[in-house]
Amino acid sequence: MLARFCTGARPRLQKRGVGRLGGGRGHQRLEALDSLGARAGVTLVVLVAVGAALSLPKGLEPVLQVSVNGLATGAYLALGAVGLTFVYGILRLMNFAHGDFLTFGAYMALLLNVTVGAPLLVAILFGVVATALLSVALEFCLWRPLRRRGAAGLQLVLATIGLAFLIRYTIQLIAGPDLQQLDVNVTSSYTLFAGVRIGRTILIAATASYVILLAIGLILRYTPIGKQMRALADNSDLAQTTGINTRRLITLTWALGGGLAGLAGAMYVASIGSFDPEFGFTLLLAMFAAILIGGAGNPYGALLGGVVIGLAQEWSTLFIEPGWKIVVGFAILLLTLLVRPEGIFSPAGRL
Amino acid sequence: MTELLAGPFATLAFGNFGAQFWIDVGVLAAIYGIFTAGLQLNVGFTGLYNFAQAGFMAVGAYAMGILTASAGWSFWLALPAATVITVVFALLIGAPALRLRGDYFAIGTIAFSEVIRYVIQNTPGLTGGNQGLLGFDEAWSRVADGVLEGLALSRDYDSVPLLVVGWVTLIVVLVVLARLQRSPWGRALKAIREDEHAARALGKSAFALKLQSLSIGAALAGVAGYLLALDLSYLSPQEFLPISTFIGFTMLLMGGLGSYTGVAMGAVVTEFLLDGTRAIELPLSDAQVAPLRFMIVGALLILLAVLRPQGLLGKREEMVLRR
Repeated sequence: MLARFCTGARPRLQKRGVGRLGGGRGHQRLEALDSLGARAGVTLVVLVAVGAALSLPKGLEPVLQVSVNGLATGAYLALGAVGLTFVYGILRLMNFAHGDFLTFGAYMALLLNVTVGAPLLVAILFGVVATALLSVALEFCLWRPLRRRGAAGLQLVLATIGLAFLIRYTIQLIAGPDLQQLDVNVTSSYTLFAGVRIGRTILIAATASYVILLAIGLILRYTPIGKQMRALADNSDLAQTTGINTRRLITLTWALGGGLAGLAGAMYVASIGSFDPEFGFTLLLAMFAAILIGGAGNPYGALLGGVVIGLAQEWSTLFIEPGWKIVVGFAILLLTLLVRPEGIFSPAGRL
Repeated sequence: MTELLAGPFATLAFGNFGAQFWIDVGVLAAIYGIFTAGLQLNVGFTGLYNFAQAGFMAVGAYAMGILTASAGWSFWLALPAATVITVVFALLIGAPALRLRGDYFAIGTIAFSEVIRYVIQNTPGLTGGNQGLLGFDEAWSRVADGVLEGLALSRDYDSVPLLVVGWVTLIVVLVVLARLQRSPWGRALKAIREDEHAARALGKSAFALKLQSLSIGAALAGVAGYLLALDLSYLSPQEFLPISTFIGFTMLLMGGLGSYTGVAMGAVVTEFLLDGTRAIELPLSDAQVAPLRFMIVGALLILLAVLRPQGLLGKREEMVLRR
């Protein structure tokens, strides 16, 4: 493994050396930024082009309609994926329990919204806070002791799978396996343009999600804490030697990842109407697909990856039965893994 | 082994649950033991995180079911054909995915497993979809009835033939795998698990060996699949959720990584905890007992991962921690 890592890294080091001779470090950083921006730009152009191409045989209106649906789905997937990718970047932990964090957030919102009768917004906030707390508590009770024992690889993966079951089926034990619904208006909808309709709740939830995603993007880019998190995700050893308080950052990462997962879960179930304790796990593989498209550990990549998966799933409904929608996400996941496992936004050879 | 474990308990605490119940638990232990034997070869001895085992099981079960019930093949011919088809699926995912690193391989294979399940669910014309697939076990029923008559057992014991077939298969599989493990081939697999580059430097084709390991593991899942089909006498995609793979991993850790005896023990102990505990009278409804059983799986996985990752019978030095 080490050997492969070294051979993968060597060409990059050489390239960097050449760059330093040419233009200095600032120039390098600019280039990296440009390439990230360029890749994101190209991806967006490709998405629009695919949408336009689809509208030739299918007509503009249906394509716009499914694109709007896809952007909404993409927002929740992206919210979930950001936390997943951060935890992977910083702890090298593929968290199979992340989908069930979404479920937890949704059921906490349900608890307050339906059982207690609190307003939806308060309930969603409660779901966010509760999931963040759960996530941080697990860092202290499970992940930190496991790291101290030097756990890695299979041991960690199986612990996350066990945790996934424990969370999901505890919820099912208490809330039952039946479909549940938040106290939310799912019937009224708006006409956006050209006959494209969107549910009122979906519009609000998706818009809010994108605003939050944008805010997170800005925080990561410009605040010290955001820069530290990205540094830690990019190269934790190097970040540690520069004096970053890794313990505090790891806790913060779990809080952020858990909170966003809770938010994604609550928003998702508010939009789709009914849900059961299995829904989070069903979304997990789509979130894995999102983070792998973006390159695991890259938060911006996860954002865009979520949108790509959301759009691809909804576009597929133009051609095939909606029952295949979820398979489209898995197919993209497999394709990404097999063709470009380092993701489309990362330089090649990081694996 | 099940009888040994179950016997005294059955008479003591679980009066309502007779021999039939424990025979069924024993059948499931054998089926999942065969399933887990494949995982042991892949995970324990090759270091391959095969998370598609439930998918391979589905392929074996459905291939046998479709060939017998829809295509009109002889049941006895459908069994080897189903095994071959399962291996083809293993090659299909293995050939492109084997270059992936540990956890990426795990995600890729679990996605493959789920694609298989959704394809089964979404093609009712071929597989019966969610309605299920029936009518593939006539040939087996005739044999089983013959055995029952021969042994002069009542209909209450109609799972006994499957119990015998399951356990004989499991024991043969474990003995053969343990022998293979001591062969040069088995040692090469372990070398790959420990250090792939060193093994390659010595002229071993890591890719070919891993693909062979995955194929054999998948073939065993296929065998477990059609035994499960016979046990259920119908097939539905719900039987092949990823949780089956994770139950296999629980058995694997329970028994211990790198131990074939551990596979049989892990299968019996885990199956006892999962299904045997249904015999305990709890003041809970069925809807509550089902999640409780899966909570046990989850808690066991966490506890084993934290406290004893090498498993109860496993050897610490057989475990690859970093990959």
